[in-house]
Amino acid sequence: MTTIASREAPPDAAPAPAVPGSRRRWTRLILPAYTWLMIAYFCLPIAVMIVFGFNDTKGRLNLRWQGFTLTWYRDLFSIPALSTALRNSLLIAVVATVVATVLGTMVGIALGRYRFRGKGLYDLVIFSSISAPELVLGASLLSLFITLQFARGFVTITIAHIMFSLAFVAVTVRARVLGLDPSLEEAAQDLGADPWATFRKITLPLLAPGIVAGALLAFALSIDDYVVTSFVNGQVETFPIWVYGATRIGVPPQVNVMGTLIFLGGVAIAVGNVLLARRQRA
Amino acid sequence: MSAGGGRGRLIPYLVGLPGGLWLAIFFVAPILVMLSLSLQSGNAEQGFRFTWEWSNYADAWEFYHTQFIRSIVYALIVTALCLVLAYPMAYWIAFYGGARKSTYLFLILLPFFVSFVIRTASWKFILNDQGIVLGPLKEAGLLPQDFHVLATSTAVIGGLTYNYLPFMVLPLYVALERIDPSLVEAAHDLFASRSAAFRKVVFPLSLPGVFAGVLITFVPVASDFVNSGILGGTQTTMIGNVIQTVYLNNNDYPLASAMSFMLMAALLIGIFAYARALGTEQVMEVSQA
Repeated sequence: MTTIASREAPPDAAPAPAVPGSRRRWTRLILPAYTWLMIAYFCLPIAVMIVFGFNDTKGRLNLRWQGFTLTWYRDLFSIPALSTALRNSLLIAVVATVVATVLGTMVGIALGRYRFRGKGLYDLVIFSSISAPELVLGASLLSLFITLQFARGFVTITIAHIMFSLAFVAVTVRARVLGLDPSLEEAAQDLGADPWATFRKITLPLLAPGIVAGALLAFALSIDDYVVTSFVNGQVETFPIWVYGATRIGVPPQVNVMGTLIFLGGVAIAVGNVLLARRQRA
Repeated sequence: MSAGGGRGRLIPYLVGLPGGLWLAIFFVAPILVMLSLSLQSGNAEQGFRFTWEWSNYADAWEFYHTQFIRSIVYALIVTALCLVLAYPMAYWIAFYGGARKSTYLFLILLPFFVSFVIRTASWKFILNDQGIVLGPLKEAGLLPQDFHVLATSTAVIGGLTYNYLPFMVLPLYVALERIDPSLVEAAHDLFASRSAAFRKVVFPLSLPGVFAGVLITFVPVASDFVNSGILGGTQTTMIGNVIQTVYLNNNDYPLASAMSFMLMAALLIGIFAYARALGTEQVMEVSQA
């Protein structure tokens, strides 16, 4: 349908001369219908979350549709514990993102740029920390904090979030470093730039998209984390921790509204990113 | 760039050091501490001492093997379901998605823009005994009043499948997308039937994606406790729920550590055996793509 618009994409269904009719039915009808059905399934809980943020429900039990209202958008912060939890989540996510991005970027540069003794060990640790079950990350950190008798709260949550997002930032930045064209830096040095100026004026701007992507990933991982946080939070509640607790007695509609706003914010950033990248390429 | 001087050689160490230290202290060391804790005895009031207490592991298995086995069984079922559900979708997008490939992928990734806990809570809401699905059906007399989905293994397996399906779609898509369509055409030119071309050409070439997808679905599902915590009941408790409770409510840290370690060891051994049997390079390559 859109062979003109797609420059990178390979052409549609390769038109073999004698395509049997049943093959067409599969690729034109059954598989696309199935894919769209699955996409609808992916979106169902999201749609339900958004719609029931407008539900004129009485009290906490938000179960059946009672009519349209904007009350919950107006009273978004009327549950103090929930508002505190959201604020905690945002604060922790910001701090964790900044630290993880700085440390992760440095590791990414070291791994992408240099060959050094112990590089294999770095790779192994980073690969393990990405693939280890979150449960193990949380349980082992808790074991450490218990053994050191370190009070659990804000600090331990932030430490944990930096730990699990660092490797993701490192991997994202490393990919970008490996894709750099070395001749640009060589040119800068030929023109008399010292290594630090070269790094600041040439390398860093070129790495920026990778660093931004890593930072966004770190923020998303931090703000969404329940599993690791649930082990190291002590008495401090984050947004996911509060919502998890609320599922036992009924999730108030304010959670739907907050979920909706976070969802829209995330989608806006992602779509904006894609459009920006597309415009830069054009 | 690497102007072989003595100072130049230190740069990667200095640049990588802060991040490396962070991971050493808060990722590697905790696992060793957990291993040590799992061999200690004592209680929360009087403290714990290292006594090579192997009985923690025996106790863990004796008390909680049901939940261990249940977690593995759930993870196998969910992984199989994800594979079967994801493959046709990944196949169609990779071969026939045309210019809209990235749009489809974006739609599949949409759930990731909603918090994991809220997504699962949303399913609890949808499946509620008196909720938007079961409520009207019960009022219409189509279902008995005591019919329920929540707190059954169906609900937990359904929730897990929903939450981890995108993890299966992506590696499958990456592997399928790499296949040169002309290979499939060549098969057809050689008079291979539709199913023969799929069985002999497409599917074998997509196997790295299958391996990677199975791996990155199975491991987190086996250790998940959010889905069974929110959607499940006492009969669907998974090992993750047990570990969380024993750590945080019972404060029996050695027992909980032993369980975490057993889970980790079981998964690691599984991963290595699996990767060895099927070729590590392929698995790593696709999971990094």
